[in-house]
Amino acid sequence: MRQQVDTVMVEQRAASFTRRSIKTESKTQGLRLALSMIDLTTLEGKDSDEKVRSLCRKAITPWEGEITPPLPSVAAVCVYPSLVAIAKRALDGSGVNVASVATGFPSGQFPLSVRLDDVTKAVEAGADEIDMVINRGAFLSGYYDEVAEEIKQVRIACGDAHLKIILETGELETLENVRAASDLAIEAAASAGPIADGEVFIKTSTGKISPAATMPVTLVMLDAIQSYFDKTGVRIGMKPAGGIRTAKQSLHYLVMVKETLGNDWLTPTLFRFGASTLTNDVLRQLVRQHTGRYTANFDFSEA
Amino acid sequence: MATETTTNIQATGWEYSAAPERFPISIEETNKLFIDGKFISPKSRKWFATTNPATDEKLADIATAGAADVNAAVASAKKALPKWSKLAGSERAKYLYRIARRIQERAREFAVLETLDGGKPIKESRDVDIPLVAQHFFYCAGWADKLEYAFPGRNVQPIGVCAQIIPWNFPLMMAAWKLAPALACGNTCVLKPAETTSLTALRLAEVLQEVELPEGVVNIVTGAGDTGKYLAEHKAINKLAFTGSTHVGKMLMRNSAGTGKRLTLELGGKSANIIFADAAIDQAVEGIVSGIYFNQGHVCCAGSRLFVEEPILEEVIQKLTHRMKSLRVGDPMDKNTDVGAINSRSQLQTIEQYIKTGVAEGGQLHEANNQQLPSKGNWCNPCFFTDIQPSHTIAREEIFGPVLSVMTFRTPEEAISRANNTPYGLAAGVWTDKGSKVFEVAKRLEAGIIWCNSYNRFDAASPFGGFKESGFGREGGMQGLKPYVKLV
Repeated sequence: MRQQVDTVMVEQRAASFTRRSIKTESKTQGLRLALSMIDLTTLEGKDSDEKVRSLCRKAITPWEGEITPPLPSVAAVCVYPSLVAIAKRALDGSGVNVASVATGFPSGQFPLSVRLDDVTKAVEAGADEIDMVINRGAFLSGYYDEVAEEIKQVRIACGDAHLKIILETGELETLENVRAASDLAIEAAASAGPIADGEVFIKTSTGKISPAATMPVTLVMLDAIQSYFDKTGVRIGMKPAGGIRTAKQSLHYLVMVKETLGNDWLTPTLFRFGASTLTNDVLRQLVRQHTGRYTANFDFSEA
Repeated sequence: MATETTTNIQATGWEYSAAPERFPISIEETNKLFIDGKFISPKSRKWFATTNPATDEKLADIATAGAADVNAAVASAKKALPKWSKLAGSERAKYLYRIARRIQERAREFAVLETLDGGKPIKESRDVDIPLVAQHFFYCAGWADKLEYAFPGRNVQPIGVCAQIIPWNFPLMMAAWKLAPALACGNTCVLKPAETTSLTALRLAEVLQEVELPEGVVNIVTGAGDTGKYLAEHKAINKLAFTGSTHVGKMLMRNSAGTGKRLTLELGGKSANIIFADAAIDQAVEGIVSGIYFNQGHVCCAGSRLFVEEPILEEVIQKLTHRMKSLRVGDPMDKNTDVGAINSRSQLQTIEQYIKTGVAEGGQLHEANNQQLPSKGNWCNPCFFTDIQPSHTIAREEIFGPVLSVMTFRTPEEAISRANNTPYGLAAGVWTDKGSKVFEVAKRLEAGIIWCNSYNRFDAASPFGGFKESGFGREGGMQGLKPYVKLV
């Protein structure tokens, strides 16, 4: 049965997380946590080897300045399949994962065999994590079994690589669709075999469609993850992506995770931010926490 | 729910640092009566202390208005009436707009004072109470010169001198609900705030001075029950508006019978929150929480009786238990506090007595929120009871605290009859995804306010009030003007 969702109270609760006051030590801790959860992303037609190498360096050492304790690396670098090998070499031994979008990102409008091949190639090239897109056309037409079967096959194709399932919530439009797609994605991934904690994520968006991640959408997805945990004891991960650009926003999301799923989920193993510009704002705020002064934007390297 | 799970997840945890509201506020040591536009010492020569319920610390002394003081206040209101009531509506509106704007400008100060004196979380006084106070003045200002349109074809006249007695749960908001429509309609007022929460009303008097409201149009007398009695029984008042307990409301009604005074009462409640199995359950749980734990449950329309359709009882309880873990109970001045201090020692004792009764009668007590409460002040952990039937004491009587009774129903018919099986009729909540069910159930619930798939949402444009023993008369909206006009 489809789980009902009602927008009014979802929005009220989502807004309540933005009213929390995160200051002093909790702000510093939260920002460090946020930094460690970033999937530093570049997904453009003009992406080149050099751009990816630049991104990888930034991912390993987000800031060149000195700060104690040393800042964490980000969680992963997220690129197109053709650039996975470059990223893998650049990140070798750093502990930063390589994530690759796949399955005909961002539209997913390709034959299944092509999409599965996309996954296999990315994994062979060394991707630790696969960010797949679901078949929104089939979902909105009500072909749920088809969507589920595709997710199952993608998970099998992933092998040991972790899987993040992009729902592209901006195209699903309603919160009920978001909830239904979340439940469907989790169940479908589970149908391919047991899930270890953090082995499967659900993710809001490709970043190519507006609106991308919003607080209400993420809240509904977190509710789905909670329900699955209540039922099975398995912890599914969550990745809001697109539109999270400021340190303050990232703290709002962490507050939301803390107050719904709880502290257990506050780890890069279970929560990620898909973002490209968030990193430097987090750094800027972190340095401000440390020195008491704001630094100029040009004091932080671009990726 | 899977309780035993093994995991290799290494989460370090993340706690919020203290986030105290630091707005510097000064409170006079002695707070006088506001009569005829001036702060004056009480003729009674008596004072009483007001304390911070979160710390037990004394905040200030407040004047006790005796009979002579109340006489002076009523006389002042009567003297101001002819001029104020003949003032053009558009001119009265200007004063109300000025009051609203000045409250917005001093919002932080009002919020801090409300929290210090009453114990409610700063988050609520800042985001709910004070914005609604300003909105109410703005809203009524808009009506002041359009009263003929509110009552088409009627000649609209003010009633005269209004005595207004308000409670301690939303001190300044209740003052606004009473004063704004009365002034918009051309009446003059004598307001008596509750004895535990007089400070914001007296600060409002400063605002009235700042905006140069004509002397005597609003008078504020402070004190306890005796002051209220002098005011309510005063022969020169034309109208009595009271918000508070049903017990006192009945007394006022008896005493005002045959005097010709107009009366409106906004009294207690034991409102039902009904969750159908086809509801959006995560959001319904959110509504349960804001229904009963908002403002420590000191809300006349609190959803204190929860009726859950039997098949989803277990799921609702499990989700409610989980949700309550993230409720933050403690220092009301911390910006991250969700549930603050109980308003007074006596109210705390009342609540504790009800919790004891609930346990003694066989109810199962759940204190899902297992937080260390401060050692000083008046504190009550938010809780709910299961194994409760509609005949249990705690399911029938108004507790006015963070205590919820969870009960079940099997059919819509049973939900409606159980919800209506109470002397009260203030509010209700209906949770279902099915539109036709919402309307069918809402139509048959005996309650003045019915929220569908939401709870405790307020707006100055929406009328508020009850029936049965929850009182009569409406506040807010166009309907809220009616108790303050004579239609001829």
